[in-house]
Amino acid sequence: MKILVPIKRVVDYNVKVRPLSDNSNVDLNNVKMAVNPFCEIAVEEAVRLKESGTATEIIAVTVGTSASQEQLRTALALGCDRAILIESEENPEPLVIAKALAKIFEEENPDLIILGKQAIDGDNNQTGQMLSAILDLPQATFASKLVIEGQTANVTREIDGGLQTIKVNLPAIVTTDLRLNEPRYASLPNIMKAKKKELATKNINDLGIDTSARTEIISVELPPQREAGIKVESVDELIDKLKNEAKAI
Amino acid sequence: MSILVIAEHDNTGIRPSTLNTIAAAKLLGDDIHLFVATNNSELPNSASTIESVSKVISSVDDTLEHQLPEALAPMIKEVATSYSHVLAPATTFGKNLMPRASALLDSQQISDISGVIDQDTFKRPIYAGSCIATVKSNDSIKLITVRATAFDPVQLSGGSAAVESFDSVVSNDKSEFVNEEIAKSDRPELTAADVIISGGRGMQSGDNFHLLESIADKLGAAVGASRAAVDAGFVPNDYQVGQTGKIVAPNLYIAVGISGAIQHLAGMKDSKVIVAINKDEDAPIFQVADYGLVADLFNALPELADKI
Ligand SMILES: Cc1cc2nc3c(=O)[nH]c(=O)nc-3n(C[C@H](O)[C@H](O)[C@H](O)COP(=O)(O)OP(=O)(O)OC[C@H]3O[C@@H](n4cnc5c(N)ncnc54)[C@H](O)[C@@H]3O)c2cc1C
Repeated sequence: MKILVPIKRVVDYNVKVRPLSDNSNVDLNNVKMAVNPFCEIAVEEAVRLKESGTATEIIAVTVGTSASQEQLRTALALGCDRAILIESEENPEPLVIAKALAKIFEEENPDLIILGKQAIDGDNNQTGQMLSAILDLPQATFASKLVIEGQTANVTREIDGGLQTIKVNLPAIVTTDLRLNEPRYASLPNIMKAKKKELATKNINDLGIDTSARTEIISVELPPQREAGIKVESVDELIDKLKNEAKAI
Repeated sequence: MSILVIAEHDNTGIRPSTLNTIAAAKLLGDDIHLFVATNNSELPNSASTIESVSKVISSVDDTLEHQLPEALAPMIKEVATSYSHVLAPATTFGKNLMPRASALLDSQQISDISGVIDQDTFKRPIYAGSCIATVKSNDSIKLITVRATAFDPVQLSGGSAAVESFDSVVSNDKSEFVNEEIAKSDRPELTAADVIISGGRGMQSGDNFHLLESIADKLGAAVGASRAAVDAGFVPNDYQVGQTGKIVAPNLYIAVGISGAIQHLAGMKDSKVIVAINKDEDAPIFQVADYGLVADLFNALPELADKI
């Protein structure tokens, strides 16, 4: 079984992102970048499927600027076999990313695509579902458990009401939720080895897809800030404030 | 042009998130149609009384019980062509379904809107709510998911919509429903609750959540949790509040043993009144709390349960 794992370079989750002073976009100057946490979970799941003998090859792919090579190398260090960078401008929209990934699917014919349910920059939660639509394949989103059984996968999904299990025919698209696994860290020897693994580059403009942006960012602002509250000294004072000041209970 | 709203429901009733979504649709136009795909032939009629809905487009078929997106998205694609906007709640239902329909329509979805500026322009939180982007869409059919907490719901009654049936049900041989474990509780649902009390890693175990439950019972509150508490197995995934869990905005949110990571704040900082109970006086949660109590939760919670 061949697995394709699309990943994304995003701001590290510990960074508190702020708007640029002219409010034209977010300020990403000199901030730490990383593999999107949900993508790390996707890589981990693929690597576990390889370790258990279910998968034979894992290909990491990303759509982004050449800076994204760093994240592909991380994926290689974590156990992916080879990587593909589809070079594009900064921040392509999810629909464009999905169209580009669909082309890679057609070239590689993987049995499974595992990717994160959302990237923590735009918080869009779209790419996997869009890719499934373009390829006319089943989707199993927000996965907390994945079991491969022959030509199908049983996937348990985290939904608002609890958990739902569905069965999808392969090839299928699976998007990861937080509880699917706990990703490992790359070891130093594996980081060294990853430098020698194959990393192919393609240009998005050579894929024959429509890459035009459909949306424009008009402005980016800080959300309304909450006014600082007070510290109460005791449970009694808390109850009094909630009853008589906030009238919340 | 008219606005189409995709109803979220459980085949017996329309979910509250649909009512918030209709409220957002009202800011875009007055002719609002509601698409109801279900296995229950009664549901479209009962949906016809929802305030502000002028037409219910009903698709009733046994295969629609679980509303899998492989079947539903192509149906939406077909219906959507006569609308300028198609809206669904940004719940796991809408998040799963809408991008699939959006790609079929070759439209770039706008996710999780928290405001409507005009027909083409919307506000939405990005980077875990650290920033709010104003985004303009140039697609001719706009697919949108709606952050329920940002729009006050319309009423379930007061309307009298015409019901029209849409019969091209799409068969789905790609995916099938196996089973569901839906949490049953006598408490209100997190996203609909007036009061929420949430526990974090500081609770130390799932058993200790009974300390929160006894307060929840007195206040008629829902019980929530941080990711750390869910990851540790204290409580199930449907308790998680935050950037990648549920977005809530109750009248009163009580955070207990929760540090206040930005990903948690993303899910609750629009609550009206926030209370934090934490033994670390420097915990970031105090920066958003209206009332902070620096205390050991194992002392504070029993006292609170007793006196509240
Ligand atoms: C991709 C991604 C997505 C995420 N999504 C979410 C999300 O949706 N929701 C979410 O919540 N998190 C999310 N997180 C996790 C988030 O970053 C934090 O790790 C998490 O919120 C921390 O949970 P916590 O506050 O319970 O635990 P901690 O940060 O460990 O805080 C525990 C707190 O309990 C206090 N405490 C301990 N003992 C006591 C006591 N006896 N009495 C009183 N106080 C006590 C401590 O002082 C501390 O402040 C996400 C992270 C990532 C990377």
